[in-house]
Amino acid sequence: MDLSLRNLTKHYGDLLVLDDISLELSSGEIVCLVGPSGCGKSTLLRITGGLERPDGGQVLQMSPPPANSLNPLTFIFQDFALLPWRTVEGNVSLVLEDRPIGEKERAEIVADVLSRTKLSDFAGAWPRQLSGGMRQRVAIARALAVRPAVFLMDEPLSALDAQTRDLLMEDLVQLWLRERFTALYVTHNLAEAVRLGHRIAILSRRPGRIRDIVTIETPIDERRHDNPGLIAVQERLWDMMREEAEAAERELADG
Amino acid sequence: MADNGTERQGTPVPFRGGGYRYRPMRLIGAATFAILLAIWEVGSRTGFISSLVLPAPSEVASAFGYLWTSGQLWEHLSASLGRLVSGWVLGTVLGVAVGFAIALFAPVRASLSPLVAAIFPVPKIALLPLFIIWFGIGEASKVGLILFGTFFPTVIATYGGVDNVDRGLVRMGQSFGLTRLSIARKILLPGAMPAILSGMRITAAIAIILIVAAELIAAQRGIGAYIQMAGSLFAIDQLVAGVLILSALGLTVSAMITLLERWLLRWRG
Ligand SMILES: Nc1ncnc2c1ncn2[C@@H]1O[C@H](COP(=O)(O)OP(=O)(O)OP(=O)(O)O)[C@@H](O)[C@H]1O
Ligand SMILES: [Mg+2]
Repeated sequence: MDLSLRNLTKHYGDLLVLDDISLELSSGEIVCLVGPSGCGKSTLLRITGGLERPDGGQVLQMSPPPANSLNPLTFIFQDFALLPWRTVEGNVSLVLEDRPIGEKERAEIVADVLSRTKLSDFAGAWPRQLSGGMRQRVAIARALAVRPAVFLMDEPLSALDAQTRDLLMEDLVQLWLRERFTALYVTHNLAEAVRLGHRIAILSRRPGRIRDIVTIETPIDERRHDNPGLIAVQERLWDMMREEAEAAERELADG
Repeated sequence: MADNGTERQGTPVPFRGGGYRYRPMRLIGAATFAILLAIWEVGSRTGFISSLVLPAPSEVASAFGYLWTSGQLWEHLSASLGRLVSGWVLGTVLGVAVGFAIALFAPVRASLSPLVAAIFPVPKIALLPLFIIWFGIGEASKVGLILFGTFFPTVIATYGGVDNVDRGLVRMGQSFGLTRLSIARKILLPGAMPAILSGMRITAAIAIILIVAAELIAAQRGIGAYIQMAGSLFAIDQLVAGVLILSALGLTVSAMITLLERWLLRWRG
């Protein structure tokens, strides 16, 4: 499903957070969103997913979502947002219980997504028993269960330690290679953006505007850490980010 | 430091951790009970404790035995339990419902929460005369009193609990298209459950206090009425037996709530 964000503007009281943001997201494409802290990335994602109303502009679905999609715009949250009082299985089944599908089909979907995320052995575990990486895999399984047309991911790996993050990043890459999902992926981590994004949108400091959009031509399955092209892109991104971040710091210091 | 020797001497780091950890020691509790009872019995037998002040445990036990065999125990206990359970269940159910309404709907909160704050601190036993005038001297006034007394703490515990549920979980529910009812039932209610259960622990104690007080004032049957009768006859052994029954009742209720907590909050581990 193609998404079109048009001239989005958002205030919180007197604080202008997003200023005239436009962005196109086409099917099968991962767009990464980077920008300094507090520039409105999470807000933009929430508006895109319909959890918040913009003050101006609109988010358009440019084609009807696939018929089998239960929840076209599906979030993956930084803090996983699992219900601690439901088991792994229960957390996945939660998002299917209000849908017009039978018990049997529901159980099949749950079993299927758990096996795709290698969680079948933990179906009956409570979230507190799982490591951070496994919790995020549960959240990914839960998202897969509703067959999203677009994933909206808000720093899905930043609550994890570096090794777990690398492993889960590989899982996401494999997932994309298999399923070619569409995603808007917010991150602070430029290496993640360069690893996963087809395009990378850099937001300026608050009020967030799109400062630049960088396209990476290297196919996702051919990206390696030591690829000089990718390193150059990452440096360029970092230069832009640093300017914005430094300016943002000075602003705060001035009050 | 080690500027003189060939081999450097060290001092071990002193241990200063430990403690502050809960270790279950069931036997010690039971032993304390047994020792106190023994001292009490010996004191009574030797005349150190006058039987006019406090009867010996054995006398209390025989008073209890009489209560049991004569069938009075069940008569009084069932009267108290009937009032207690019906008042407490009604108060809790209504309290959870109203607490939820206050937490979820801003106009309800605006209108009811000052009212709750105003009525909550009134000692409910002061309302018994009023309840007797309204509902008569029978069961209704006592059940009503317990309902009223348990309702307000439940309301406060419930909306406090719902307010404290992580809003991120609610947003997650919305983002997956859960219905409002599902969000209330599967996210807010379980999230508020720890607070509701600690509220229940408190309201159970309040209910026992209220029912005994009400029975002391106006009842023919019930543990409170039994204690009141024993007191007016200076039958101290019966009086103490009645008080011990209340203690056992409180312990039983609290144990039941602990079991309920273990089951409902098993996800906390
Ligand atoms: N509900 C809200 N009410 C008021 N202000 C808000 C609200 N949500 C966000 N803000 C403010 O809007 C700005 C942007 O917030 P947002 O969370 O979108 O930033 P972000 O780019 O995701 O930051 P981070 O990188 O730290 O996650 C921040 O200054 C924040 O304080
Ligand atoms: Mg954010």
